[in-house]
Amino acid sequence: MNQWEVVIGIETHAQLATVSKIFSGASTAFGAEPNTQACAVDLALPGVLPVLNRQAVECAIRFGLAIDAEVARKSVFARKNYFYPDLPKGYQISQMDLPVVVGGQIAVQVGQGDKAYEKVVHLTRAHLEEDAGKSLHEDFHGKSGIDLNRAGTPLLEIVTEPDMRSSDEAVAYAKALHALVQWIGICDGNMQEGSFRCDANVSVRPKGQAEYGTRREIKNLNSFRFLKEAIDFEVQWQINEIEEGRRIQQATVLFDPDSGETRMMRSKEDAHDYRYFPDPDLLPLIISEEWIDRVRGGLPELPVHKRARFVSEFGLSVYDATTLTASQEMAAFFEATVAVAGQSHAKPCANWVMVDLAARLNKEGQEIATSPVSAQQLGGLILRIADNTISNNIAKKVFEALWNGEGATADEIIEKQGLKQITDTGAIEALVDAVLAANAANVAEFRAGKEKAFNALVGQVMKAAKGKANPQQVNDLLKKKLAD
Amino acid sequence: MSLTLEQVHRIAHLARIEVSASEALSTQGHLNGIFQLIEQMQAVDTTGVEPMAHAQDLAQRLRDDVVSESDRRAAFLAVAPETEAGLYLVPKVIE
Repeated sequence: MNQWEVVIGIETHAQLATVSKIFSGASTAFGAEPNTQACAVDLALPGVLPVLNRQAVECAIRFGLAIDAEVARKSVFARKNYFYPDLPKGYQISQMDLPVVVGGQIAVQVGQGDKAYEKVVHLTRAHLEEDAGKSLHEDFHGKSGIDLNRAGTPLLEIVTEPDMRSSDEAVAYAKALHALVQWIGICDGNMQEGSFRCDANVSVRPKGQAEYGTRREIKNLNSFRFLKEAIDFEVQWQINEIEEGRRIQQATVLFDPDSGETRMMRSKEDAHDYRYFPDPDLLPLIISEEWIDRVRGGLPELPVHKRARFVSEFGLSVYDATTLTASQEMAAFFEATVAVAGQSHAKPCANWVMVDLAARLNKEGQEIATSPVSAQQLGGLILRIADNTISNNIAKKVFEALWNGEGATADEIIEKQGLKQITDTGAIEALVDAVLAANAANVAEFRAGKEKAFNALVGQVMKAAKGKANPQQVNDLLKKKLAD
Repeated sequence: MSLTLEQVHRIAHLARIEVSASEALSTQGHLNGIFQLIEQMQAVDTTGVEPMAHAQDLAQRLRDDVVSESDRRAAFLAVAPETEAGLYLVPKVIE
């Protein structure tokens, strides 16, 4: 595998968060009875004309600004011609020569720990288009059933340069894009419902070769796991083909999740056969400076900026900052926690949100937005760890109590359940003395050089203190007494 | 540029239009006439002229994002050749 370089470009269809279709006033709500949301325009009945949805355009502008791209002041809709029963007009309205968004880039974090690195993925373009309907091939007496509810749903097709060099980079990009479109509120990101689907263009070339190899396009990957599996399989398949002396033919392939393999799809008409031409039913889309400024003013702080701020302002690692900016909700929760616990305790706040809270939410299948423990409660809990009122271990108990609604605040639970840490040196000393007297064997072992015996003694003291002794004080006192 | 008979048949296929051998011949003549016209136009120097996407020098009007269409499925299905379970039925398209 060493002498081969993998080249990947990704095209994503993001369904835009509008209530009506891109060129008609029919609803885009998911899950309706077949054809109840397909109006005369969607059905392409004679005499109908498309009228562009302002919100769909605004979504495209938001996206363009969020990735630092050029938002085209003038873009043009074109007809992409092909025949398929779920496309009643015989063409899809899309954009070709003049797309609404040009260029831009997304910086993504790839990998974890020491091997983590940042990768900048450049975008070629993003354009507005309409979705097609759905063909159902189950048994209708040898016929296919057509549901046109999805026909005319607004999509933003987002196309990258062939910048990615591994399936990990491809997945990192797809995840970052998925988070971004939700962050800026232009797509609900629901992959099961098809709101976010990826196509991967994959080729391989000998390392050091300037030209790209022949690519094959894997269509309609609707999960990150499938994206990775499909690319990994495809790469290995292409390398094997070339090493066995065969040439790669440009093709469109489908991924079969059951077999984990990619296979050739029906021979689709080639790009030049789509016979694109400007749609005479639609005038050029003109986007004013004022509109762009207004949209820019309404954008939230972007994940890339928030991430950088978490690193510089709170001293978090890039990895932690990336995790905490995975969604607006997560970032907001973290910031609200820090607001209570104080900026100097941002690191424990990060750990509690990313580790303890995330694990508990995950276990219960809950979202952070509806967390039973609020950011204010968590911040209050972290304050009590910071000022030594409770130890980390006791804090986990308090967290559990907060989760179960046993009290409104950490302070209330600590007070009510008597969890306050024993920091009185005299009291701890008494406990230590009692434990030393009762565990002569451990003491002897420790003096004989067995470090483990020390931990056993710490455990005994903590047990005697019902976990409430300050661990650091216990350690210090034990060491002092044993050294005497 | 002029089209071959084979290209005429290919274009007809892409457009799903059935043309007989004699129709293909006359169509070839028509299309090549159009190409000659295009060649004449392409001979004009258009340096500095912005490409035109639409004959009217206007901007696209936009509509607000509101649902204005109600469910008229029954009426639409009624004029379709064949339907079942709320679906339009078409000859099997899967390969």
